[in-house]
Amino acid sequence: MMKRKTLDLWVGVFVAIGLGALLFLALKVGNLASFSAADTYLVTANFDNIGGLKKQAPVKSAGVVVGRVENIGFDTETYEATVALSIDKRYEFPKDTSAKILTSGLLGEQYIGLTAGGDTAKLKNGDKIKITQSAVVLENLISQFLFSKAADGSKEGK
Amino acid sequence: MGAVTEFLERLGGRATGAIHRLGFASRFLLLTLQNSGMCLRRFSLVTREIYFTGVLSLIIILVSGLFVGMVLGLQGYDTLERYGSSSALGVLVALSLVRELGPVVAGLLFASRAGSAITAEIGLMKATEQLAAMEMMAVDPIGRVIAPRFWAGVISMPLLAAMFSAMGVFGGYLVGVRLIGVDEGSFWSQMQAAVDFREDILNGVIKSLVFGIAVSWIAVFEGYDAPPTAEGVSGATTRTVVTSSLSILALDFMLTAFMFRGA
Repeated sequence: MMKRKTLDLWVGVFVAIGLGALLFLALKVGNLASFSAADTYLVTANFDNIGGLKKQAPVKSAGVVVGRVENIGFDTETYEATVALSIDKRYEFPKDTSAKILTSGLLGEQYIGLTAGGDTAKLKNGDKIKITQSAVVLENLISQFLFSKAADGSKEGK
Repeated sequence: MGAVTEFLERLGGRATGAIHRLGFASRFLLLTLQNSGMCLRRFSLVTREIYFTGVLSLIIILVSGLFVGMVLGLQGYDTLERYGSSSALGVLVALSLVRELGPVVAGLLFASRAGSAITAEIGLMKATEQLAAMEMMAVDPIGRVIAPRFWAGVISMPLLAAMFSAMGVFGGYLVGVRLIGVDEGSFWSQMQAAVDFREDILNGVIKSLVFGIAVSWIAVFEGYDAPPTAEGVSGATTRTVVTSSLSILALDFMLTAFMFRGA
């Protein structure tokens, strides 16, 4: 029978390695360190069409991740999508900041891009971003292109 | 006609037997939970069992994790290279390990390494009437023998799965970055961008906890339920490995369906 002390020591080592592995996964493999959910402020934005935007999608400004999409809802009065963004407290944006839904790469995930305006007042918790631009939907783009082609064709015909 | 009746009778007997055993196993789990007060107060009982189930499984878990990660690195690179996206190797290795392979393979190894040992030990204790002797001395065998082993398994399993995943990521890093020469920066940064703490890592931990409960439950139950003969104990040990492996895979499917459905 092994002595109590050595046994406890080994179990202690085991638990320490296990917790260390979990910490490694959380910090080095996961994104726990890069973004803490603790100090953020919420702003909302209405979009005509959010395309394939999902919860937890990044909110970027100048390519830097400044927040995450917190929630996506549907406004039954305006028939628009309401997107709640939680933005890191360290980053303040002017009140007239505009939000666009962009796609990373050709087939990548969709994210929200913020472009700062010139207002001196800053966005606060619960504010609403007024200037928004919807996601580009491929079908709409193609139909626009086709309609403009057709319009050009009929003009030339005259 | 007689053959059909006999067949149906046998089928019915099997079904009622299975249901009876399931009910007994559920009551047994409840009894274990009710009687685990003592081993949680005298935690050294559990510590001793963590040594046998956890510490002694360390080598097999770490070595298999390393090799699984290295194989993932080689195979993943081979496939991703065809699409010119070998920098996503880190994402592939980390996500497959943290979400699926870590909990499942660690659970299977745990079932065959520790679960079988628990069953054999309890079964032999019962066969040599040690459990009956304890009862004679007014020591509750469930609180003294079963509950510490159950809790040790439940505690060890998530830790072992986390070690397996971490070791696997390290193995993938060794093969992908050191051996093949994928860019180190993009390996880690793409991994960190894609792996979410709550969505991926925490769900993996929950999976491994569920597997830990299932394997420990099956192991202690099969041991306690084993016929007190040499064949009985050997049969119970085999049943532990088979049943817990199957239930790990089935539970994994169910948990995956709930956790990662679309999202």
